Amino acid sequence: MVDLAAEPRIVTAGVSLLDEALAAQAVAHLPVDWRPPLPGTDQELARVLGDPRRAAANAVAAERMLAAGATLVDVLPAAEVVGLRPGEFCHAGPPITWERASGPLRGALIGAMLFEGLAGSPDEASSLLAGGSVPIEPCHARGGVGPMAGVVSPSMWVFVFRDEAHDRTSWCTLNEGLGKVLRYGAYAPEVIDRLRWMSAVLGPALQAAVRRSGPIDVKAIIGQMVQMGDEGHNRNRAGTLMLLRDLLPHLVDAGLPSTDVAAVARLIGGNDHFFLNLVMPAAKLQTAAAANIPGATVVTTMARNGTDFGIQVSGTGDAWFTGPAGVPSGLFLGGYGPDDANPDIGDSAITETAGLGGFAMAGAPAIVRFVGGTVPDAVRTTSEMYEITVAENPAYALPVLEFRGAPTGIDVASVVRTGLLPQINTGIAGRVPGTGQVGAGLVQPPVECFTTALSALASAAPPM
Amino acid sequence: MNHVELRRGAYRDSVRLMQISQALTGTPGVSAGFVAMATPLNVDLAAGMGFTPPPDATANDMLIAVAAVDDESLRAALARLDVELNSTPVPGTSGTPIVAPRTVGSAVRRLGANLTLVSTPGRYAFADAMDALDAGTSVMVFSDNVSVAEEIRLKEVAAQRGLLAMGPDCGTAVIGGVGLGFANVVRPGPVGVVAASGTGAQHLTTLLDAAGVGVSHVLGVGGRDLSAAVAARATLAALDMLDADVATELIAVISKPPAPDVAARVREHARRLATPVEFALLDAGEPDLTEVAARVLRRIGAPVPSTWPAWLPPALPAVTGPAIRGLFSGGTLCDEAMLIVSGALGPVRSNIPLRPEWALPGDLRADGHAMIDFGDDVLTQGRPHPMIDGRQRLDRLTAEAADPACGVVLMDVVLGHGAHPDPAAELAPAIAAVRVPVVVSLVGTASDPQGLQRQASLLRGAGAAVYASNADAARRAVELVNSESGHG
Repeated sequence: MVDLAAEPRIVTAGVSLLDEALAAQAVAHLPVDWRPPLPGTDQELARVLGDPRRAAANAVAAERMLAAGATLVDVLPAAEVVGLRPGEFCHAGPPITWERASGPLRGALIGAMLFEGLAGSPDEASSLLAGGSVPIEPCHARGGVGPMAGVVSPSMWVFVFRDEAHDRTSWCTLNEGLGKVLRYGAYAPEVIDRLRWMSAVLGPALQAAVRRSGPIDVKAIIGQMVQMGDEGHNRNRAGTLMLLRDLLPHLVDAGLPSTDVAAVARLIGGNDHFFLNLVMPAAKLQTAAAANIPGATVVTTMARNGTDFGIQVSGTGDAWFTGPAGVPSGLFLGGYGPDDANPDIGDSAITETAGLGGFAMAGAPAIVRFVGGTVPDAVRTTSEMYEITVAENPAYALPVLEFRGAPTGIDVASVVRTGLLPQINTGIAGRVPGTGQVGAGLVQPPVECFTTALSALASAAPPM
Repeated sequence: MNHVELRRGAYRDSVRLMQISQALTGTPGVSAGFVAMATPLNVDLAAGMGFTPPPDATANDMLIAVAAVDDESLRAALARLDVELNSTPVPGTSGTPIVAPRTVGSAVRRLGANLTLVSTPGRYAFADAMDALDAGTSVMVFSDNVSVAEEIRLKEVAAQRGLLAMGPDCGTAVIGGVGLGFANVVRPGPVGVVAASGTGAQHLTTLLDAAGVGVSHVLGVGGRDLSAAVAARATLAALDMLDADVATELIAVISKPPAPDVAARVREHARRLATPVEFALLDAGEPDLTEVAARVLRRIGAPVPSTWPAWLPPALPAVTGPAIRGLFSGGTLCDEAMLIVSGALGPVRSNIPLRPEWALPGDLRADGHAMIDFGDDVLTQGRPHPMIDGRQRLDRLTAEAADPACGVVLMDVVLGHGAHPDPAAELAPAIAAVRVPVVVSLVGTASDPQGLQRQASLLRGAGAAVYASNADAARRAVELVNSESGHG
């Protein structure tokens, strides 16, 4: 029952004249900065907003996202965790074929074939892959995530994550370091050699350390890193060092050769992005907890394969809604420039899906120049993301915003209504297979991901 | 020519250095510029660009490599480098930027609102109104052109959540003394109003105000609420809310002609309430709004004025034609005038006809009595409501006066929040210029922003006969044409 005796506090949307009348009466009121939704979406928006399940479904989605835990419990070969058999591979982003695969994805698949000993040369690997007999499928289809090209083969080791609150597991490969690396599509001999060392030394060493230390609460580390100036996507410096701090004593205690311990510590400490591969599976657990709720309009995946950008939405299950991946704009390494850049690639946009990365830009002043120059711009970026999300995550508090929680749970309907697209911070891969990283910058999803998702949500809504 | 140097202890973060590299590369005569901390990766990148980095470089040194076409370009580039390295970033102009709320839900959460007023275009209004209900506020949908199915969904969802959905096409509400949409500044008092008619509610409450009696709340429900399809969903909810409100001692329900079985259901519901209910369900045989105002006053024990206020000029122009032409901004005022005029003079053609066979043709022209509601959905698509912008009515006033069949022009003028800031100033010159009698029903209170007395004086000064009671105005128009044709 409405309490008519309560003092009116009024939101207005529409003609300013009615708002001015409230101002003249000195009433507590707040106008919406209303603009028409994306063209041609009004009927589907009405269907989706009119879905009586929506409010409660989104509330459940938000509640599950915020309740999800993320604990590093083990490090194992992908064959044991992902269930990959010899000759099978996972890749980043929505499903794709070799024919449509971009340079970096092709390069990474070639490298993985060489690494697994399934081909003797890049040419042989290419012709086998082009022959269509090599099964590839998205990491997301197997509950995990892969950075950039995201190629995972059975012999690669992965971090194993658990969300005990929702009894769910996720995984991500180990970070290879910077420069010419498989995830950016490089497959030169030194790339393959490093992968072999990772399987022979790094993976087992991390396994020994994690098993000695016991489960590591990575969600807690992420919360701290956000307060230390990392946004968890393009900057993971504090997170990396906190992980190293936790692991190092156990590495030393594990009885490994001191040269191996030193090599592992050097790899982790010398690569500020090492922790990204732990933020990603943590983010995957958080977003997966909100999946498959009928009527919910919350995005549970944003991912790219270098050709297509794809999203998945809670209320529409495993369906992918795709559009052409954009080329990030940003800053380039060394002699590289925009012409060298491949379209957006990688599962790492799972960080934004979980409220980190571009969504937490306000908390990462050291990298704001990637997103337009100034700290106020970064604050505005995060502030705008609150307009398209259903929750705020108190575990990821942003000091510069008075410790407001990171904007969490992208709402398809709000994206379409406001025209504000998710802001993604990302690395830039070289277009030509074998190049590696050429820069880093920012990108937004193509708008059709959201309009086609809205159509599917509208079709799934009960008739008016 | 290639220039390579190391600067020791000159740390900058990698993002800043990438920006500087980009700026150098954009300098005229420079084919490649690379400034980076000399990590092994960056040393390799420099080598890959054709530079020869010093072998003793460490990750704590800044590596500067520039390929220029000549000495002058190189000097310019290095000068630029020093400027860039020493520049301090321009701070934000005004600290933390504030992003305005972009959706109703966002604004509700920010304000802690308990009510939302939606006036977005009709095709979007349903989504905004649902957002308001989902965010936990009652909603007043001022917008028109919202479908019946959407209206029913809004009212069902509101009922499930214990909220009220007013509208669509709800022009008027007063809640806790706050006027929303088109609303007069009325004194606080014991009368609660449930209105499927915005101008009807404005008229009733201004008459009560003139008699010294105020209102608790005016809850609009939208013009279709008492139709068979919508089945009084909001009216029944609003009745319950006013019944529970301690400030409300008597409830008045106002609607244009309702569906008979719906009217019966509402009357039955009202009988079960603790608070007495008066009905103003405009129809033949039902009391007009002025009579309802009198009944309300009697029922709460307040004196009924012997006559309602009127501002009459010394004389009106002579009536030369047989027909009354009504030009209304309020649909209910138009309905009420048509009921009175048709009862006395026979059929009145209209764009909102009392009977289907009395409908005006598409050009809205007829020889006999005719009344137009300029606030009707069809006529407001793509233009402001006539209460805000009176030009369409002014043009029609001039056209009617030129028609030999026209004997009297009847008009309403509605004051209050949301309405034109000075409607009499717009109307008076047009009234003064015509040679037919103009009778005006003036809906307003002394506290309205436009000033009731001032508006009345301006209209009377232009030659119009001005009445606070719409029924009185309509009866005067009937009298005028009757007296001219010798029947008076």
